[in-house]
Amino acid sequence: MSVLIDKNTKAIFQGFTGSQATMHAEQCINYGTNIVGGVTPGKGGIEHLNRPVFNSVKDACSETNANVSVIFVPARFTKAAIIEAAESGIKLIICITEGVPVIDMIEVINELKNYPEVRLVGPNCPGVITPGEAKLGIMPADIHMKGSVGIVSRSGTLTYEAVKQTTDAGIGQSSCIGIGGDPVNGTSFIDCLEMFEKDQQTESIVMVGEIGGTAEEEAAEFIKTNISKPVVSYIAGVTAPKGKRMGHAGAIISGGKGTAQDKFKALELAGVSVVTDLNLIGSRLKELL
Amino acid sequence: MNLHEYQAKELFEEYDLPVSRRAIISEKDQIQEALELINFNNGCVAKVQAHTGGRGKVGGVKICKTIEDVQQFVDQWLGKRIKTIQTDENGLPVNVISVEELTDVDKELYLSLVIDRGAKCVSIILSEAGGMNIEEVAEKTPEKILKAELNSNFKISSDQISLFARNLAFNKTQESEFKHIVENCCKIFKDKDLSLLEINPLVITKAGALHCLDAKLNIDENALFRQEQIAEKRDASQEDSREFEAKQNDLSYVALDGNIGCMVNGAGLAMGTMDTIKLYDGEPANFLDVGGTATKERVSSAFKLILSDKNVKGILVNIFGGIVRCDLIAEGIIEAIKEINVEIPIVVRLQGNQSNLGKKLLNESGLNVIGEDSLQLAAKKVVDLVK
Repeated sequence: MSVLIDKNTKAIFQGFTGSQATMHAEQCINYGTNIVGGVTPGKGGIEHLNRPVFNSVKDACSETNANVSVIFVPARFTKAAIIEAAESGIKLIICITEGVPVIDMIEVINELKNYPEVRLVGPNCPGVITPGEAKLGIMPADIHMKGSVGIVSRSGTLTYEAVKQTTDAGIGQSSCIGIGGDPVNGTSFIDCLEMFEKDQQTESIVMVGEIGGTAEEEAAEFIKTNISKPVVSYIAGVTAPKGKRMGHAGAIISGGKGTAQDKFKALELAGVSVVTDLNLIGSRLKELL
Repeated sequence: MNLHEYQAKELFEEYDLPVSRRAIISEKDQIQEALELINFNNGCVAKVQAHTGGRGKVGGVKICKTIEDVQQFVDQWLGKRIKTIQTDENGLPVNVISVEELTDVDKELYLSLVIDRGAKCVSIILSEAGGMNIEEVAEKTPEKILKAELNSNFKISSDQISLFARNLAFNKTQESEFKHIVENCCKIFKDKDLSLLEINPLVITKAGALHCLDAKLNIDENALFRQEQIAEKRDASQEDSREFEAKQNDLSYVALDGNIGCMVNGAGLAMGTMDTIKLYDGEPANFLDVGGTATKERVSSAFKLILSDKNVKGILVNIFGGIVRCDLIAEGIIEAIKEINVEIPIVVRLQGNQSNLGKKLLNESGLNVIGEDSLQLAAKKVVDLVK
């Protein structure tokens, strides 16, 4: 068992023939992920990476029975691409694209209310991986190891740190989900925590957050009553000044809210094992197990 | 991206929102001309135009009764810098002063539209406590804050408007003025890809009319590709010059006070690296995300940026190689260091694909570079080196 994706996943790439998508699709294929084709409007009919290219997600779905789509289209076309995927019967949409306007994301979220069975992960995220089974994203495969910790994170390279440390500690991962660093996104910490709690392979959880917003505080509330598995958490941005956007559109301390200290406190109150040193995620988890 | 108050008010006028008649002074000889454009009979309000709140508290907003008062205000501010509680110790340059017709204020309210991250929508916030720091109001007197979510069309229902109006004891005329203002604020927010629209204060005049006395707009940087008109209004003088230069080079940079420069791939890891330095008793000099692919060109411009801060005594490079091979990144770093002749110590932590090879290349380069594969060791090392 694992969450979101496994060896039965059939995935397509939207924006398949672009250079980034090509590079990453190749890596996903090499990992053994079942990539059944891709979509690039106007290029339908050709083959790319030995897989068929379609003009629309609808065509791709009816020909390949794909159930997951990974989005690599430019930011200005991302809203339309996500909505097209949902309309065409895709059940899991993983949006890697960064720089999507917030207004577009609000419109996407509203539109997706018409498709309650569709899950969006991202945008601006590294994707999802279930080690040993399937990789749909831009994460480096070789730091992962099949195992028992579920990892959820708002940040790409910080996820890799957590993954590397839990691999080095011999624990390995059930699934890793990057939910992205944008202020308005699809899947939340809480969604992932819920999935990890239900998943039998997952025995513990690492949650990596950052400054800005209140998603970590809400997750802490949820953990208090709903999560029985041990949770280790790290929050980036203790040294971040107020009012400055730290790279991610969502990583900003506004009006004194969303500081790392607030989040540490909320998580500790919820019984989460909080590490203030990024380098100790793996060793702390090992102590708990 | 931020707009100046006068730019925001120009935009408000396009949407038929009630703002004061005003004129702009950017040269000292424009005072007479500017005052002729407004009704100056009883005086005017002179306002420093800078991307900061709290201008009034430091004398940057002043009622001027005579031309001499205006003259004095312009002499005091134009070409100078304004320091407020929201700016850093250098303050911001004052290149424009706005002079506005006076408004007889009876009551000050607060109105804003914000991105509501929790509810994943735009929310409207209203308060009877205008003219004050709204965060303080929310903390001390939360009952004075009214809030509602815009629907999926970025609109607000008439029922909600009526509810607001009742709460604020508006009469019928005021309610319809209020409706007009709110509806058009919603429109501006969506049309112009705002991330914040704030009118503080929205006032009721002695004559009983609603009037937007201030205007603050933030625009979503990610949407500037489709907001060309607004992007042109960008005033780079109000931004940290290094942060601005970084943006031009597609780097994400924020200046801090310490002496250890940081170069990291990924925003989260960049924050994590700053935090680690601090944890080991060092002081980070900056946040810098070089992006997913740390190519030689990007690394070069990142080094230049870090070195433009004269406080920097050592640099920590933290790259989680990922898909890109670390030996290639190491080669890029070595070339960049040679090209721009970096003299202070550099500790490079490389992790991921081929990190051992990358570390070896760095350590054998003959440059003042130390390769490490753990962030912990790298951070301790750089902290020691700058002591």
